[in-house]
Amino acid sequence: MTNTAIAVSGLRKAFGDKVVLDGIDFDVSAGTIFSLLGPNGAGKTTTVNVLSTLIKADGGTVRVAGHDVESEAKAVRAAIGVTGQFAAVDELLTGQENLQLMVDLNRRISSRDGAKIIADLLERFELTEAAKKPASTYSGGMRRKLDLAMTLVGNPRIIFLDEPTTGLDPRSRRTMWSIIRELVADGATIFLTTQYLEEADQLADRVAVLDQGHLVADGTPDQLKREIPGTHVRFRFATVTELDTAAPLFADATRDDEALTLRVPSDGGTRSVRALLDRLDEYALSADEFSVHTPDLDDVFLALTGHTTTTDTTEAGK
Amino acid sequence: MSSKPQSMVMLGRNVKHITRNPTTVFNAVLMPIVILLMFVYMFGDAFDVGVDYIDYATPGLMLLAVCYGLSSTAISVSSDFTKGIINRFKVMDVTRASVLTGHVVASLLTNLIAIAALIGVAFLLGFRPSASFAEWLGVVGIVLLLGFAAGWFTVAMGLASKSPETAGIAAVPLVMLPFFSSAIVPAETMGPGLRQFAEYQPFTAMIEAIRGLLEGAAESSDVITAIAWCLGIALVGFLWAGSTFKKRA
Repeated sequence: MTNTAIAVSGLRKAFGDKVVLDGIDFDVSAGTIFSLLGPNGAGKTTTVNVLSTLIKADGGTVRVAGHDVESEAKAVRAAIGVTGQFAAVDELLTGQENLQLMVDLNRRISSRDGAKIIADLLERFELTEAAKKPASTYSGGMRRKLDLAMTLVGNPRIIFLDEPTTGLDPRSRRTMWSIIRELVADGATIFLTTQYLEEADQLADRVAVLDQGHLVADGTPDQLKREIPGTHVRFRFATVTELDTAAPLFADATRDDEALTLRVPSDGGTRSVRALLDRLDEYALSADEFSVHTPDLDDVFLALTGHTTTTDTTEAGK
Repeated sequence: MSSKPQSMVMLGRNVKHITRNPTTVFNAVLMPIVILLMFVYMFGDAFDVGVDYIDYATPGLMLLAVCYGLSSTAISVSSDFTKGIINRFKVMDVTRASVLTGHVVASLLTNLIAIAALIGVAFLLGFRPSASFAEWLGVVGIVLLLGFAAGWFTVAMGLASKSPETAGIAAVPLVMLPFFSSAIVPAETMGPGLRQFAEYQPFTAMIEAIRGLLEGAAESSDVITAIAWCLGIALVGFLWAGSTFKKRA
């Protein structure tokens, strides 16, 4: 296999009249985390489904692990593992039985190896204690972990994770992140979709932003963040008079008369923030509230596409 | 190499599902017995069927037992296909045949257990068939064939349903159908319209065949009609399941 784990070119997919993917191209290097970032309905899951052989593309070529997803689906399936957006665990079976099912269905695993694989996975995902309980009694975080453990039974080299942390509490999200990092450290390639900028920033080597079927950005998280002039400091004042006095002090500031706030672009570093505060002091002004705002997915979209994630997608059909 | 074939793995999974779901066990195994007790004790004396009512009703209730097991099959097939686990199987290269045959065979096993329990209770209530060993084999053969045919038909129905709830409802007509046959009372005693329906619907042919075999006086035309119906239903179910599976894939 070459260094490219996933190669996508000109990928198109429509469901009826609705174009979901309108010609997207990207490559993922082996042993890295690639994150596809986008709001709900952007086409992330459709991309995962095409790449994991679940649905056929209308156009373009997709090679995964060096094999064409359409003509060599079997070879692709042998190399990949997929954890979908909704935990695909068997609720009536216990955690252990779910893993055993994966072992039994995998023709490349002997039953002796299987027992060890199951024990190791239960241990690694902290599910040993709950192993004998039905999956229906698991919490959301445990289900996701079991789901991922099931995906890892066949030791796939390329792992697709479709919004693996959506709906998880912050602690479970952190656990999931560290698991994903371990997987890459072990040499796996991760294709991760997410709607959280922070998640892509934390994990990914490369991020592509998907919007209404088009890739609107593709680069390292740092490159991406440089394109977003989003970080700013926000002051809230008690009176309009104070706001009036403060507004002319800062170039590029934008005021919101209703909320009595002033947004001042800043990198958020201590030095530049101190300079801003000093400037207020000079004029004997004090703000009721002060916050540093870092860019989120909405800012990324505003910067890259000129619309926010909540904009309706009536254009998608064009 | 995992030694077990995938269809056996799937069957094991489905059997676990059935044993862990009390509603399934109740519907498939206990309901037919409750109905047997109800008809034999409560209504049996009111029907004039020419023979002991238990001997008359048991063959029909055997088919009813098959039908009562079907709704849970439809529901479990539909659950598999709507709750995402099927995508996991597909990515693992689990063959569609193994997923579907797992359900069909599990359904068939449920039917056999239900029928064995039903016949056991019927014997306690005074069921005295005069069938020879060969005729008993014939009864088992027809029941197996029906279980197989109904299993495929129900799997197809489960596949075609949009949710497990609608799958459960879709199976209701199958549960009702035996009541509109000669299972409980002879078709001749029914009103016009219903009577013709009862005479020509598939269950009547199967019930008459089984009843004949158990009485040791089977008409070969009944048996052939019953077998033909079963094969027809199996074929329709099989083709329907195959094409629906493709569409959903």
